[in-house]
Amino acid sequence: MTPEHSSGTRLDPWFGAYAERAHGMRASEIRALFAVASRPEVVSLAGGMPFIEGLPLDVIGEAMQRLIRTKGTTALQYGSGQGEESLREKIVDVVALEGVEAHPDDVVVTTGSQQALDLVTRIFVDPGDVVLAEAPSYVGALGVFRSYQADVVHVAMDADGLIPAELDATLTRVKTEGRRVKLLYTIPNYQNPAGVTLSLERRPQVLEICRRHGVLVVEDDPYGLLGFEGDPIPALRSFDDEGVLYLGSFSKTFAPGYRIGFVIAPHAVREKLVLASESAILSPSNASQLAVDTYLETCDWRAQIKAYREMYRERRDALVGALAEHLPSASWNVPAGGFFIWVRLPGGLDAKSMLPRAVTGRVAYVPGTAFYYDGRGADHMRLSFCYPTPERIREGVRRLASVVNAEAELVQLFGTSAQPDDDPTDVENPSPDLA
Amino acid sequence: MTSTTRATNRTDETGTGHDSSVMSDTAGLRGPVVVLAGGLSHERDVSLRSGRRVAEALRSAGVEVQVHDVDADLMAFLRDTRPSVVWPLLHGASGEDGSIRDILELVDLPYVGSGPRESRAVWNKPVAKAALLAAGIDTPAYVTLPQALFRDLGAQAVLDAIVDRLGLPLVVKPVQGGSALGVTRVERAADFPRAMVNCFAYGDTALIERAVDGVELAVSVLDGPDGPRALPAVEIVTDGAYDYDARYNPGPVEYFAPARLAPEQAAHVADVAVRAHRALGLRHLSRTDMILSPEGVASVLEINVAPGMTETSLLPQAIVAAGLDLPHVYRSLVEQAVAAPSA
Repeated sequence: MTPEHSSGTRLDPWFGAYAERAHGMRASEIRALFAVASRPEVVSLAGGMPFIEGLPLDVIGEAMQRLIRTKGTTALQYGSGQGEESLREKIVDVVALEGVEAHPDDVVVTTGSQQALDLVTRIFVDPGDVVLAEAPSYVGALGVFRSYQADVVHVAMDADGLIPAELDATLTRVKTEGRRVKLLYTIPNYQNPAGVTLSLERRPQVLEICRRHGVLVVEDDPYGLLGFEGDPIPALRSFDDEGVLYLGSFSKTFAPGYRIGFVIAPHAVREKLVLASESAILSPSNASQLAVDTYLETCDWRAQIKAYREMYRERRDALVGALAEHLPSASWNVPAGGFFIWVRLPGGLDAKSMLPRAVTGRVAYVPGTAFYYDGRGADHMRLSFCYPTPERIREGVRRLASVVNAEAELVQLFGTSAQPDDDPTDVENPSPDLA
Repeated sequence: MTSTTRATNRTDETGTGHDSSVMSDTAGLRGPVVVLAGGLSHERDVSLRSGRRVAEALRSAGVEVQVHDVDADLMAFLRDTRPSVVWPLLHGASGEDGSIRDILELVDLPYVGSGPRESRAVWNKPVAKAALLAAGIDTPAYVTLPQALFRDLGAQAVLDAIVDRLGLPLVVKPVQGGSALGVTRVERAADFPRAMVNCFAYGDTALIERAVDGVELAVSVLDGPDGPRALPAVEIVTDGAYDYDARYNPGPVEYFAPARLAPEQAAHVADVAVRAHRALGLRHLSRTDMILSPEGVASVLEINVAPGMTETSLLPQAIVAAGLDLPHVYRSLVEQAVAAPSA
């Protein structure tokens, strides 16, 4: 060995300088596999992309041209940190459909509800604080919590959503351990990824438990208007103005390309959110805000949501029907809205280790471990029905069944079983089309 | 004098950082260079990154470049574009198994890299290992087994026989594929079944080889007017496995380029890489991954005809370590392909 080469290179002169919170931000084998899922040859049941082709693009195009002609100097200028007042007024009308009574002053417009989640975590969570979340929970939220060095503790759900007794017991246990619980993060409607909805009966119970334990509720509600049966269930925020931060989004009901979300918060919290948002981005995009404002003002958005509901219901039915026909050995729920079905694989199959075989078979899904902070979920997968047509969904499930059958034979041959994921961070920063 | 030191000396003689030995006399490029990147393999992401890096470098060397995926538009694109050279930077199946190169020959387009038959041989790891052994080059003891055989004979009996024969630790890998996808090092017999399941998720046949400990090295070879010659070896030092995450994230791995080798060791590994390149009939460029044992034996793990060209990849590091200029070297490879289009 020659003495002049005592140190090598790590190809990144700043490797030792990164904050601890950046350690999970990296390329991974599983993210690489998803690079193939975007190809048209692959039936992707992985992504959470709304079916934008269902929008009246010509009508929207004309409205956008008119917007630039009439309000161009405002649309292309900086805006306020809190967001455009006219849009906030319309947001109040939209959330009223779920029973939320709010004032435009209560609303903070954000760059997607993902930024709202980031801002809420930023102002409330110190490293080591506990955030409670459903088991399983939205992968993008887990990534935000990890990036702020929170510790996520999952709370069990059943077919009616969060189990109040489990929530109470978990809060008591965690506090007994001397840990500080700051937030309950919940997606009460057509949950991502599990597809379940918190029953109306349980909603006040969950709020009472959190109030008693002094825990703020973060209600993430991107799918609330996308139910397939009856009227929307009243939001948690409709029961409690002070103990709930309500996160909403136009990404699923209109279009994610504008990146417009919002948070409805009590006055004092709202002030801090605005300051935090200004420090992060100065102001949300005025062009996007005015585009959404114009859409809400000039287009029949209620009819569009109704059209989306019908389309997504047809796709859900296609997915459920195909699962019943081709994958009867698996088990799943039938969601009453939203984008996702949570599938339990049979006989010790591990969804993450099966993913390469699925990609080879030209079908993609998200392994269940992505939705747990603690490595659980190996025997589950999330299938989304929002983007592929019913015909493609059926083809995708046919392919998936072939993959599952081949993997089942292999697992039986070697006697292995699904294992906890030793690295649950590798899909925690999913590409946006997977969220 | 070793291949490695020859490369360095030549660069020193020019004093320019450019190595004339890899330059072709034919500099005329009558159409754009088409970089093929992407594809549908598990290594699509790596391929896209390699493609972007090579395209950038070629453009900075004054070469007109177009990057294209392997899709239903490709044939029409090649017909309409009539590139002067195609550089298939496709990793994984179709990119490295020779089939895309077959197509390029079919449509009579020159390309950078080895021919289809040679690529096919290297792509299949046991075929390549057999060729290496035939050429007197050391490679770890191994066995190649399809999934069906485990089913027919009983998995545990076969696994036990492998452990009895090859011992532990072992390395399980798909017979085809790169970027360490589906590769597991097995330290304990109890972990063997899961390693097999992980491997078979990537393909139907597994290569199981005896793990060899020592200095992990990658030795790249470039063709020049005097034949193939090795670039300085790159040494890979990692706390854990040199797996996908370690390969494509700057930071976890410490690279030494050139490797911390005594002159005779550097000469030995360079000689092994050049002999491997020749034994398999490779062209333009290759990268041979090997372990140098404490006893000084270089044992070849695998050879790559389409080595990674990403920000963290080993061949670009070796070019820089040789004092060469990346854009210049890439351009010279393109020009070689024009000058001698038939593999």
